[in-house]
Amino acid sequence: MSDLQPVKFYQTGTFTVGNRLLAPEERSVQANMQRTNSLNSGHRACQGCGEALGARYAIDAAMNATNRQLIAANATGCLEVFSTPYPETSWQIPWIHSLFGNAAAVATGLSAAMKVKGKKDVRVVAQGGDGGTTDIGFGCLSGMFERNDDVLYICYDNEAYMNTGVQRSSATPPAARTATTMPLGSEPGAPFGQGKFVPAIAMAHEIPYVATATVADLRDLEAKVTKAMSFRGARYIHILVPCPLGWGTASHDTIRMARLAKETGMFPVFEAEYGELKSALAIRRQLPVEEYLRPQKRFAHLFGKTPAVETIARIQAQADKNIRRYGLMAKEAAL
Amino acid sequence: MKKPFAITLDPGSSLANHTGSWRTSKPVYLDRLPPCNNRCPAGEDIQGWLFHAESGDYEAAWRHLTRDNPFAAIMGRVCYHTCESVCNRAQIDAPVGINSVERFLGDEAIKRGWSFTPPSTESGKKVLVVGAGPSGMSAAYHLRRLGHAVTVMDAGPFMGGMMRFGIPKYRLPRDVLDAEMQRIVAMGVTVKLNSKVDNILDSMRAGAFDAAFLAVGAHIGKRAAIPAGDAAKIVDAISVLRSMEGEDKPMLGRRVVVYGGGNTAVDVARTVKRMGGEPIIVYRRTRDKAPAHDFEIEEALQEGVMIKWLSTIKQAGEHQITVEKMALDDKGFPQPTGEFETLEADSVVLALGQDVDLGLLNGVPGLEVADGVVKVGANMMTGHAGIFAGGDMVPAERNVTVAVGHGKKAARHIDAWLRGASYTAPPKHELAQFEKLNTWYYSDAPKTVRPMLDIIRRQSSFEEVQGGLDESNALFEARRCLSCGNCFECDNCYGVCPDNAVIKLGPGKRFEFNYDYCKGCGVCVAECPCGAIKMEAEEL
Repeated sequence: MSDLQPVKFYQTGTFTVGNRLLAPEERSVQANMQRTNSLNSGHRACQGCGEALGARYAIDAAMNATNRQLIAANATGCLEVFSTPYPETSWQIPWIHSLFGNAAAVATGLSAAMKVKGKKDVRVVAQGGDGGTTDIGFGCLSGMFERNDDVLYICYDNEAYMNTGVQRSSATPPAARTATTMPLGSEPGAPFGQGKFVPAIAMAHEIPYVATATVADLRDLEAKVTKAMSFRGARYIHILVPCPLGWGTASHDTIRMARLAKETGMFPVFEAEYGELKSALAIRRQLPVEEYLRPQKRFAHLFGKTPAVETIARIQAQADKNIRRYGLMAKEAAL
Repeated sequence: MKKPFAITLDPGSSLANHTGSWRTSKPVYLDRLPPCNNRCPAGEDIQGWLFHAESGDYEAAWRHLTRDNPFAAIMGRVCYHTCESVCNRAQIDAPVGINSVERFLGDEAIKRGWSFTPPSTESGKKVLVVGAGPSGMSAAYHLRRLGHAVTVMDAGPFMGGMMRFGIPKYRLPRDVLDAEMQRIVAMGVTVKLNSKVDNILDSMRAGAFDAAFLAVGAHIGKRAAIPAGDAAKIVDAISVLRSMEGEDKPMLGRRVVVYGGGNTAVDVARTVKRMGGEPIIVYRRTRDKAPAHDFEIEEALQEGVMIKWLSTIKQAGEHQITVEKMALDDKGFPQPTGEFETLEADSVVLALGQDVDLGLLNGVPGLEVADGVVKVGANMMTGHAGIFAGGDMVPAERNVTVAVGHGKKAARHIDAWLRGASYTAPPKHELAQFEKLNTWYYSDAPKTVRPMLDIIRRQSSFEEVQGGLDESNALFEARRCLSCGNCFECDNCYGVCPDNAVIKLGPGKRFEFNYDYCKGCGVCVAECPCGAIKMEAEEL
């Protein structure tokens, strides 16, 4: 057998959070016993909250990349409410909340203040949910982008206003049931042909760095935050964070749902620099969108006595478009 | 303390908020039993030793392995590795090559001269082991580790028993066998060769032994009544294999008919092929009914061994035999058809099974023999207190691994019995089924295949048929292990908890839950690759 594999093989490679077979410097931030735990225990997020997880992943990675010189501005939303009921805080970093729609502007101010004070090493992140980012804070965000302010904006996208009772946002996917898009009428759930995909809009601003990520691919997420912190100027990372409450999924399925979103092509995971697509995280085991939709109660109306075959096909067509547009089936070296 | 305008409370940490009280069920760590361990007749902790091999610590892996089975290099060659047939990885790509890695570790131990540590204290008890085969030497090893003085007596001129006289050297090279036998002698085990025990009670009395373990192999070939002319040469398979070990090689002629369908029949046929003969196996049933392992039949066919299925020998003459064709009836039993055929044959080798010489048991009170084997209890003790038995002597499947397992089990019970106690095996963990795993997290990797000796070389020589893995592909193979049911410290639970409720204790120490904050979401359970966490209902 001459074709015995000389490959380096590490059992779970970088799929798992840690891996004892890798050198310490090759392991994830989350595997570190000294990780910051920027968002600490005792927060009031629901069981299995994807946003709490995504925020700790992202901010811990940013803390690691900036030698812990980091300030965060937060939009109103679940993340803000569950982490800081007065007078308690779960944040182990300097953190400020002002209004629902002005997180990007507050961060711009923080960044300017640090510049004036000559604290070049202190970096600024802004963060918010999809409501505070794609709807209410969108003007401030676009302004921050076009001025190329030195801020990393992180959007934790759970695809609706979960904090106030699951109302539709401009990031809610078509056919999803929310409190304001009930599964009634000829086109039940959120309408097709509405909403926006902010990562593509961010790319159109030609800012230094735009990326998407999910809580299912930790190493990819950490690499992107770390890379974002290597740039100056406006940067944007959009992280898919499944919401057990709003999506109607089991609390233990949070990471599985994010994985399915990526593997079906429903959520494209990629990165772009200065407006140009640089790489995409390839789908490892492609699945039909039903696999992603079926476990979610917000899509339960598609799988009733007479399955909504046409609607599912339209959603599949969206996934197929993502796969084409972002090259998700390309055989890329695994992370 | 003066507070800022409109502020009335000091800032506090959310750590004051013990969200663990939300929980209705909680995650708990557990070890589940990997299917390989569950299946191993020698009770090896396969997942456990692979864990060390994965990190390249082969000595730790070998030491862990030899807690249960001292013969890694032998096992890596002759064990039928039923562990691999139940390996969960088979449902992803192919089973882990457990047997290959075991062989690598065994060979590494021989190459590096690793030895067993003699016991630190002596118990003062003396145990007699009869038979220096796999079962006897396994028992001797375990008894010695427990501090007992062990004497092994064997009728034969070498150690190894059926491993030497029943397994051809193209499957088990004798230097490997000798190395693993000598390593046990080096622990302080006394082995007396050419010492047949004629009466066990006499021998025990003469040596003042406190207990005995009987592990005599099945060395007597079964005969069948075949009408044969005076000049017909009919021998039994086990004596053919045994004579391969001596100076005088068996004289079988060119055309050799081997009668039987078991592994011994295949071993003899392959041996004949290597001596330049033309073997034909005659077996009364079909290939799928043959007791020989299919891979052995396959290797024999590849080497040019002929096999006549559905045939019985009716008559044997000087240079030819008459066979009758058989047909399977509705129940799958072969029935004669009345169709005959003549085959050239210089000799007939009967491979119809073997018996154990039970002569040493004559006159032992309480001891029961049925169907040519000795009855033993769950503790491997015969009806006579202090006399235990295992291997081919007791009712069980007869192979090296089963025999080694008997040796270990008997040693534990003998040790307990000598102390006036009884040994109870710890309860088995629940099985780590495939459904308990989250296989997303494992890298894709095919099985590393052991190189096979070139067919031509294999037909004419007694060199080993299966080659071994080298260091890099042994490591690769070990790392294909999924570690079913046992934490391998991948940090997933520590990472995926949205509430930081998992405490990482550091390398080798695994993890703990912080139930003050665990909300019981179950993400850790769902994302644990190896199924080492489960949810338990909380008492509310």
